[in-house]
Amino acid sequence: MKNIDSHSHVRGESVYLDDIPLVEGTLFACVYDSAVAHGKLISVDTREAERSEGVHRIITAKDLIGENQIGGIVPDEPLLADGEVHFVGMPIAVVLAETEELARKAARKITAEIEPLPIVTDPRVAAANGDLIVPPKKFILGDTAEAFEHCEHVFEGRTEQNGQEHLYIETQGAYAVPTENGGLRVYSSTQGPTAVQRAVCRVTGLPMHQVEVDVQRLGGGFGGKEDQANAWAAICAVGVQLTKRPVKYALHRMEDMRMTGKRHPYSSDYKIGLDKDLKIVAYEVTFYQNAGASADLSPPVLERTLFHCTNSYYIPNVSATAYSCRTNLPPNTAFRGFGGPQGMFVIESAIAHASEKLGVPSSEIQRKNLIDNGDEFPYGQIAESDAITSWEQGNSKFDFAALQSEADNFNASSKYFKKGVAMMPVCFGISFTKTPMNQARSLVHVYTDGSIAVSTGAVEMGQGVNTKIAQVAAKVFGLQIEAVKVHTTNTLRIANTSPTAASAAADLNGKATQLACESIRDRLLEIAVPLVEAETAEAVTLTDGFVYRNGERTSLDWNTLVMTAHLERVNLSEHAHYATPGINFDWSTAKGHPFAYHVYGTAIVGVTVDCLRGRYEVDYVKCCHDFGTSMNTAVDNGQIEGGIVQGLGWMTMEEVLYDADGKLRSNALSTYKVPDIYSVPKEITILPLETSRENLAIFNSKAVGEPPLMYGIGAYFAIRNAIKAFRDCSPEIDAPFTPEKVLMNLYSSS
Amino acid sequence: MIEFILNNHDITTDLPSGMTVLDFVRYRQNLKGTKIGCREGDCGACTILVGELVDEKVRYRSMTSCLMPLANAAGKHIVTIEGINPEDGSLTPVQQAMVDESGTQCGFCTIGFVMSLTGHCLSSGDRVSSTHVSRGSCSDLETAISAIDGNICRCTGYKSIERAAMRLSEPPASAGDQKADEKSPYVPTYFSNISSRIKSLRKATQSIPEETGRPLTPAVPTFVAGGTDTYVQKPDFFTENESDHLFYDDDLRGIRDLGDYIEIGASTTVTDLLETPVMNAIFPDLYKHLKLVSSTPIRNMATLAGNFVNASPIGDMTVWFLALDSSILMSSPPYEGGVAEGRGGSLTREIPLADFYLGYKQLAKSDDEIITAVRFKKPFGDFRFNFEKVCKRTYLDIASVNTAISLKLYEEGPPVPEILRSKVTDQRSKIELAHVSAGGVAPIPLYLRKTSAFLIDKEVSEETIDLAIEIIQDEISPISDVRGSDDYKRLLLRQLFRAHFVEMFPDMK
Repeated sequence: MKNIDSHSHVRGESVYLDDIPLVEGTLFACVYDSAVAHGKLISVDTREAERSEGVHRIITAKDLIGENQIGGIVPDEPLLADGEVHFVGMPIAVVLAETEELARKAARKITAEIEPLPIVTDPRVAAANGDLIVPPKKFILGDTAEAFEHCEHVFEGRTEQNGQEHLYIETQGAYAVPTENGGLRVYSSTQGPTAVQRAVCRVTGLPMHQVEVDVQRLGGGFGGKEDQANAWAAICAVGVQLTKRPVKYALHRMEDMRMTGKRHPYSSDYKIGLDKDLKIVAYEVTFYQNAGASADLSPPVLERTLFHCTNSYYIPNVSATAYSCRTNLPPNTAFRGFGGPQGMFVIESAIAHASEKLGVPSSEIQRKNLIDNGDEFPYGQIAESDAITSWEQGNSKFDFAALQSEADNFNASSKYFKKGVAMMPVCFGISFTKTPMNQARSLVHVYTDGSIAVSTGAVEMGQGVNTKIAQVAAKVFGLQIEAVKVHTTNTLRIANTSPTAASAAADLNGKATQLACESIRDRLLEIAVPLVEAETAEAVTLTDGFVYRNGERTSLDWNTLVMTAHLERVNLSEHAHYATPGINFDWSTAKGHPFAYHVYGTAIVGVTVDCLRGRYEVDYVKCCHDFGTSMNTAVDNGQIEGGIVQGLGWMTMEEVLYDADGKLRSNALSTYKVPDIYSVPKEITILPLETSRENLAIFNSKAVGEPPLMYGIGAYFAIRNAIKAFRDCSPEIDAPFTPEKVLMNLYSSS
Repeated sequence: MIEFILNNHDITTDLPSGMTVLDFVRYRQNLKGTKIGCREGDCGACTILVGELVDEKVRYRSMTSCLMPLANAAGKHIVTIEGINPEDGSLTPVQQAMVDESGTQCGFCTIGFVMSLTGHCLSSGDRVSSTHVSRGSCSDLETAISAIDGNICRCTGYKSIERAAMRLSEPPASAGDQKADEKSPYVPTYFSNISSRIKSLRKATQSIPEETGRPLTPAVPTFVAGGTDTYVQKPDFFTENESDHLFYDDDLRGIRDLGDYIEIGASTTVTDLLETPVMNAIFPDLYKHLKLVSSTPIRNMATLAGNFVNASPIGDMTVWFLALDSSILMSSPPYEGGVAEGRGGSLTREIPLADFYLGYKQLAKSDDEIITAVRFKKPFGDFRFNFEKVCKRTYLDIASVNTAISLKLYEEGPPVPEILRSKVTDQRSKIELAHVSAGGVAPIPLYLRKTSAFLIDKEVSEETIDLAIEIIQDEISPISDVRGSDDYKRLLLRQLFRAHFVEMFPDMK
């Protein structure tokens, strides 16, 4: 089943935010943002800008009618700077002008007097200063102090991981239009329509029922539009409130890169203890998360780092501590994996360190410590594990040892080119770790012509969630997918949505859709029973657009059934609610059963490093991946391939660079590089894990958005292994492995 | 006044010639299929096709409309996605391949990929005849992939897009020796009349600066060629001001074999070089080297003179031509018979390219002077050339360090002493001429004078390389920036200099 949007996508007829036809009188916004990372905002001079051609109004913090606050979790994020600036790119003022160009031109004429304050960009410095976003969080299992005393081998180290720019090709943006009686309709490129609605209501002072948020689709999100779409929508909303005219703001790329947060960089300390059989007995880890200037989603990202700090391994004694550190950078935010990759990277680093010192392959330590059924995660959930099965099925298909010896043989005869191989098991928990967020609703209408309209809280951003939802409806009604239209995500139709995030949108919204469709179907079948002279409702089914009785097709078709039901005054609409059963988590004990299920997988990554030039290529990523039972292999394979490439990018060429003044140096596509068509692995092979395990996923088809990203971590260690094949060294673990770091490690004297 | 064909419509417009084609199609023509991703030619979401009449046929090339001034559309066929969509709502073979292989996820970059691949398919007939030489042993799949080397998919569906490209590189049976101008399965039927329609267009921009509301003509004359750098550096300036547009000036184009010299017009693009038999004959690795330079749509727009004048310390083509000991021809007004009549013959002077750079972005050129051509001595004898470039991303990126070298070896090498026989093979002999250049290691694209001089009359050997590397380190002064630390750049140039010899003398591997 192809993505239902593919036809309009390839014809360029799909509508994104900047394609929405404009309403007469639309003004265009442009933000004037801070050029200083930390300082007292003494004054803002907008006089010259106000006189600039086409300028309608300039907005600063004092103009807001509602609260100057958009912080979703912690109220620490003003919409417009008031009194202080906290990062380069922090919005200070908004120009509203007749055209986009004139708004930009005027914004360049604004100046601000800012008295500099000390700038902190290093999370460890922030932690030392006690500048934390939320109190530290801790997971404890067993007793590490005790356990380390009995370990045969103990290793300690430090790792660094950089951030990652989302680089959704469609930049952030919003378009707000006034509706009668002071209401607003807001079109937003957001993963979280309700988050946008809340932010808009907060800054305008409007009740939520006055604000409609509508999302057609996103040109990429990856977490970057989960909470960070709020500011632009809020700015447009304030503009409408103050001018009574529609206001649009579609960010330019450099504005977007400068003003929005990214994946969190982490600096981490680890201590790993193994027994003589290479079983990991104890693991201590401390994470310093670089949160940026305000909380945004940093606290739950930090939590997921803890949830995944032992990746796919069972470690009986764990002590993991995490600090969310406030720095003078744009507020960092959700990014595919949501802190999980950062947690996994550190345990993989610790294993690489141990393997190096012990002279055994990492894969041996990895394999020996995979979590098994019945083992306990540090947060108390008992594993229903496919870690070992995915490793073994992958191994029997791909033959890890053969791939390693192929690399060894190549290396023995090649002077300048070296191959490296690494294994990367992944275990990723599915559900929002904040239990109340695991709910969704779906609104289904069956029209009298037989066509079906579905609305849910899920936002389509390329991950194919609307295709899956349409499949759900089509399957329940026994129709072709063409009979179903999935409509925009709209807060009037579906209220109080959770963001499309945590890989959970298809599960939550798909299940709600299933419930809604089943209710309508059951009502229709009741009508059908006498019409087809069936004994009971159980004898009647819907298949291929017809009513079947005891498995045999009758002459009653879908359209006739629907019309008959309507004439019988049967309700052809349903609004259903789904809440994931059986999940809970108690932060007072840091224990519970937070995840509906886990997704498992094992990848093997092979690279070739050009040791003359420091360049590298990824030869292959082969993985055995746990789909459950994929309901759409075209969509799911796309998610796997895409996740892998994005993970590789994070680990290799993508380097977010700020200077000491907190100014972003990798501020455009010319200085921040994401994978291009030549950077992808020459081969990606996906072997679906064979499992008959039941799960809570929609139609048993497990969530697939985030887990594959972490296979990319394997590329980091594969490159490291290739460097070690060139010379005997122990490169410090500091991701990403840019060509610069590769070459320096290949030749530096230290 | 600018005239061109946009899809199936004739356009005559008085809009500022510096406006980008992207803004024109999206916001003046309401053609929203073309997307905005970065406005600096680095993502390919805004890719369009530009058809130009060449030898009575329309030749289509992909370009990023975000960097293309409206002036460069004059007399051309501009094609957006709306111009290739079948009217009955069905899909072209390119679109169908993208759908069948699930080559589209969020869809935002998709249109750019479709346009690039369509450009590839439209020119497959041309490739057989003219660029066959340049792509050497390239399979059609490789050229299909190279057609999309300027398109970023962040979702990232490259493997499925690759599969779509693979599907397209098996051309339909009917498309055998398709001429671009005849009915093509890849585009609607109106394309077959485009060549005659183009002929009736006024070719050049007619500027009417005195008209009210026109952008200002700056006090200092500004020139725009392909726009690939000017529109990245100062987009507002060039959209708001009138410039002198040089891109499609016939007088500034063309590659001429003058016997002793090769002379290349200033507005020649990198793609033009790539598709010229004489260049491929001289530089057998031309495709391999130029593939490292930006991307297909940018190579289709970026001109040599633009690269020289931009004076970026890491300009790829500048470094390339420095190693050929090239010189540039410049001319200044008054032009014989006015601008439209040609600039080639007026007040021309010639200076070595190496002398063109006085300091960071400082040129030995007056404000109203333009480069008209670059020329270099046609190599003969045992000539070796190599180009190296390393960046964060191997392709579609700006160099951390780039370097080029040309060597001419003495025809008859001196006899190899007995003691060196095991190390030295007969391929190695003495260097007669050497020119080495490097970018990213100084405020200017650097001609390495001392290193080049040192190499003359030296044996090609590890020892020579080691000694030259020491001289290089004295000649360069890299700084730490977003493209790498100074230490890295020093190390990298050392390695790339070594790589030159590994490439030019395969037995040194």
